[in-house]
Amino acid sequence: MSKFKKKDDGGQPAISTASLPDIVFMLLFFFMVTTVMREVTLKVKVTTPLATEVNKLERKSLVSYIYIGEPIKALQSQFGTTPRIQLNDAFATKHDIIQFVEAEREQTDPVEVPLMTFSMKVDKEAKMGIVTDVKQELRKANALKINYSTGKTDKILD
Amino acid sequence: MARRQAPEINAGSMADIAFLLLIFFLVTTTMDVDTGLTRRLPPPIEEEIEDPPEVKQRNVFQVLVNANDDLLVEGEPMLVSELREAAKEFIVGDPTFSDESMPEGKMTNVPILGDMMVSKQIVSLQNDRGTSYEMYIKVQNELVAAYNEVRDEFAVAKFGKSLSELEKESATSEKAELQVDAVKDVYPQRISEAEPKEIGGQ
Repeated sequence: MSKFKKKDDGGQPAISTASLPDIVFMLLFFFMVTTVMREVTLKVKVTTPLATEVNKLERKSLVSYIYIGEPIKALQSQFGTTPRIQLNDAFATKHDIIQFVEAEREQTDPVEVPLMTFSMKVDKEAKMGIVTDVKQELRKANALKINYSTGKTDKILD
Repeated sequence: MARRQAPEINAGSMADIAFLLLIFFLVTTTMDVDTGLTRRLPPPIEEEIEDPPEVKQRNVFQVLVNANDDLLVEGEPMLVSELREAAKEFIVGDPTFSDESMPEGKMTNVPILGDMMVSKQIVSLQNDRGTSYEMYIKVQNELVAAYNEVRDEFAVAKFGKSLSELEKESATSEKAELQVDAVKDVYPQRISEAEPKEIGGQ
């Protein structure tokens, strides 16, 4: 009888999923490499303005950020809505900037100190008064290479 | 004697683990590249300079922004969209340097091109403490754009390539590097920022 026994045809053979992990790992590595973890928790609301003539910031490790904007909603009851300066994780006044610059320099290789850039992420609603104060402090601290963080756009509107 | 086959480890859950990690990185990733306008601040003033160098009125392109974000260029109200053309016209100036309303020329030694007259242009930007940051960036952007366009046009006319192309080549070619220097020497980017006034209040 075995002669007539039907061969096990069972339809299509299952597609091998053995290579699925490889594909997923490939994607995983891509994201691991491109990922930049957010270093600070923002306490101020920053929407940067747009500009056309932008440069890319290179060497992220040599860039320090100064945030200026109005405190986020959760902190407004405590700090009000006037734009404030944020350095690292805390609110600061303009007098803290020199110290901040020094601390950042301390963490950098002395050879690379002249290449350090201070990037100002300022909310577009903020007034120039506070920005100017920060710039003057940066000048005093001899941190002259600065960057106004902006998004890229094709056209500036009036 | 048949060797005992080691039982195969089930790798079916490998994908699940990898997916978990993948989703974690997908969520935490911020893809935004940081872009911005890079500027250099003037060095701190050590002492009061007794005689600040005199700059003739005709060499200065004056841009004022008040607390209401209004623009005053060379005494005329203007829109941001018109600023670029006006600034370009001033930076290029008069080729013979005889026009009284345009900047003077100064004999300068420029790489490759040799001695030539270079405009003594300075763009002076003054804003109020009450000017919004958005307006300030717009004005800065237009001024930088004006310089970039003038330099580009000059580079194309003299060397047949735009400045960005020359800059790209300058990494490998010494000639291109000199050409970049020449373009920048002919049209140096002089944007002077005066100390802001406090009239409009915060």
